Amino acid sequence: MKALFPTLFRGLVPVCRKEFLHIVRDPGTLVFALALPILQLFLFGFAVDTNIRQVATVVLDQSQTQESRRLLESFAGSDVFALRSYVTSPDAMYEAIRSGKARAGIRIPYDYARRLQDGTGATVLVLVDGSDSTVAAQTISTATGVALQQSLLRVLPDGTMPVEVRPSVLYNPATRSANFFVPGLVAILLQVMTILLIALSLVRERERGTLEQLEMTPVAPLGLMVGKMIPYGVLAFGELCAILAVMRVVFLVPVHGNVLLLLALSLPFLLTVLGLGLMISTKAKTQAEAFQLSMGTILPSVFLSGYIFLIENMPLPFQWISHLIPATYYIRILRGIVLRGAGMADLWREAVILTVMGCAAILLAARMFVKSRQ
Amino acid sequence: MTAIIEADHLTIRFGQVTAVNDVSLTVEKGEIFGFLGPNGSGKTTLIKALCGLLAPSEGTGRILGMDIRKDAAEIRRHVGYMSQKFGLYEDLTVAENIAFYAGVYGLDAKRAEERTHEVQKLTGIAPYMKRRAGQLSGGWKQRLALACAIIHSPEVVFLDEPTAGIDPVARRALWDLLFQLSGQGVTFFVTTHYMDEAERCGRVGYIYLSKLIAIGTVAELQRLPEANPAGTTRVEIETANAAAMLDRVRGMEGVREATIFGRSIHALAETDRLGELRAELPQARIEAIEPSLEDVFVTLTYQIMEAAR
Repeated sequence: MKALFPTLFRGLVPVCRKEFLHIVRDPGTLVFALALPILQLFLFGFAVDTNIRQVATVVLDQSQTQESRRLLESFAGSDVFALRSYVTSPDAMYEAIRSGKARAGIRIPYDYARRLQDGTGATVLVLVDGSDSTVAAQTISTATGVALQQSLLRVLPDGTMPVEVRPSVLYNPATRSANFFVPGLVAILLQVMTILLIALSLVRERERGTLEQLEMTPVAPLGLMVGKMIPYGVLAFGELCAILAVMRVVFLVPVHGNVLLLLALSLPFLLTVLGLGLMISTKAKTQAEAFQLSMGTILPSVFLSGYIFLIENMPLPFQWISHLIPATYYIRILRGIVLRGAGMADLWREAVILTVMGCAAILLAARMFVKSRQ
Repeated sequence: MTAIIEADHLTIRFGQVTAVNDVSLTVEKGEIFGFLGPNGSGKTTLIKALCGLLAPSEGTGRILGMDIRKDAAEIRRHVGYMSQKFGLYEDLTVAENIAFYAGVYGLDAKRAEERTHEVQKLTGIAPYMKRRAGQLSGGWKQRLALACAIIHSPEVVFLDEPTAGIDPVARRALWDLLFQLSGQGVTFFVTTHYMDEAERCGRVGYIYLSKLIAIGTVAELQRLPEANPAGTTRVEIETANAAAMLDRVRGMEGVREATIFGRSIHALAETDRLGELRAELPQARIEAIEPSLEDVFVTLTYQIMEAAR
C-alpha cells in the first residue's frame, strides 16, 4: 500500500521538470499562448455589448410642426434612437432601411398636430429593421415608452404619474453587458488555451517519436499525465490572473466576492480542462487533429453553458447536455463571485462537480492512453 | 549460460492481423543477437511485446526471468530501449536529456551523477553536454540515444535499427560501443537491415511475414539445408561486364536465382547443369562458394513466396 502511490505516479517529477524546460525553451509559443487570450478578451469584451444604444434612425416628418418636433426630441432623448437623417418621401425612408443606412424609421403624418389638438388620436409610424431581434425588441419597447410618456403628459399636465414602476437591478445596477459577458468569456478563453496547450504537448511527443522512447521506460501513465498537467496548470493559472486583472482594470467589472475564493474554485475547472486536453491528445494522431478536436469543444461551451443563452430556456435534452459541460459550472462560479459576491456556501456544489469531473477526466485519459498503444 | 531473453511460441495479433506468429527464441547473457527482416515483418512489435508494452495473444515470454505479461513494469526498469527514430528531445540539451532519463528510471541524485559520468566516458559525449540535442549530427544523436538507453545500467538493451541513416564511421563507432558493453555482460537485441552488421552479431534471427524462419550463428545459417537445396550449387561467376550478363544468366535453364555482387554474379544453379552454364559463358571464371547471409535470407524468402503461391 505504501509503495502504491510512487508506483502509480512513477516519473511524475522528471516529466514535470522536463515539461517546464520545453515551455521556457520555446518563448515564442509561450508568449503567443499567453497573449492571444488577452487579445481576444479585448476584442470580444468590447464587441459584445447587448445594450442597445444610438440606433441609426431615419425621420420623415410630414407634419413639420412644433408638436412633431417635440415628439422627435423625446425620441432623440431616449439614447436608443439616433436621428441620423431626414427624408421627404416614404420611398426614401424605406430605401434608407433596406440599404442598411438606418435600422429604424419614424414617420410623422401630415395631420399629426391637428389630430393631437382634436383629440381624435394621432398615429406615428415607427419602422424597425427586424433582422436583429435584440435591436428590434428594444427599439419597439422604447418607442412605445416614448408614445406613452407623450400621451400621459397631455392627459396629466402636472406630470405626476398615478402608478410608477421603479426598477432596481441588483448586482449589475447599470445592466452593463460587459459585467455579464466578460466573466463568462474568462471561462471560455481559459478553456481553449489550456486544452490546446496540453493536448498539443502530448501529441507533439507522439509525432516526434519521443513518446515511443518514453513508453519503454518505467514511467506510469498517471505519472506522465499528471507530470504534464502541473506545468500547464501553472501556466493556465497565471493566465487566469492576467485575464482577471484585465477584466477588472480595462472592463471595470467590479469583483463583489472574494478573489482568493475565485482563484481557489478555478482549480477544479483547470483540472477538468487539463484532463479533457489529455483525453483529446490520446485520440489525436497529429497536431492538426488535436487542434481541430480542441476547437470542437468551444461551440458547446459557448452556446450550451449559459454563457450566451439561458439554460432554463433551452429544450430539455440540451439542458441535460449543459450539465455535462464543465464551463457551465465554472461560469456559474465566475458570475456568482464576480457579480453577486457569492461565497463557498452558494457554490460548493459547482466546486464538487468540477472536482469529480476533473479526477474522472484524468483517470479516463490515463486509461485511454494505455488503450491507445495496444 | 543464463537465458536473458526467452520467447516461447509468442503470437501477437491486432484484430485480424497477426503481427508476430509463433515466435520462439532464446538470447543468452552477453550475446549480441541480430534480428533481421523486411519492414513490417513484426520486428518492432516483437520488441514491444518483449518489453511488456504489448500483451501477447498467445505464448509466453521472459526477460531476466520475469514474465512479460505480469512483470511489465518491473521489466522496463531493467531494460534499455533505443527506437529507430531519434526519440529524444531536440529542444533540450544533451545534459538535460540524460538527466531526464536518469530521473525517469528512478536513479537517485548520487547514482545519476555517477552514471552520467560513466556514460559520458563511454560515449565520449562530454564536450557536447550543453548543446541542444537537435543540433547534434546523426552519429552523435545515436550515441546520445544509447547513453540515455543505458543510463540505468540495464542488463538487456533493445536497439531498433540503431544505425539507420548514419555514416559508416559513426556506424563502426556505435558497434564498437556495443561490443564494449557486451564484454561487460550486457545483452543486446539489435534489429538491422545491414548484412555486415548482422554478420557482426553472435547469432541472427530472420523474421518474414511475422514468422521466425531462421535462427542461429552466421555459419549455421550459411549451412542451412533450406539455403542450399539438394542438387544445387551456389557459384560466383566472375565475368567482364557482370551487370549486362545478369539477365542472360537469370534466363538460363537451371539457374534458380542470380544477383550482382560487386563485379561478379552470385547464382544458385542446379549442380548437373553447371556444365551448360560454363559452356554458355566460356570466358567467365565460375567457382563454387558458401552463401552469404544475404543469399541465405533471399533464398529462404523466395521459398516462402513460392510456397505461398
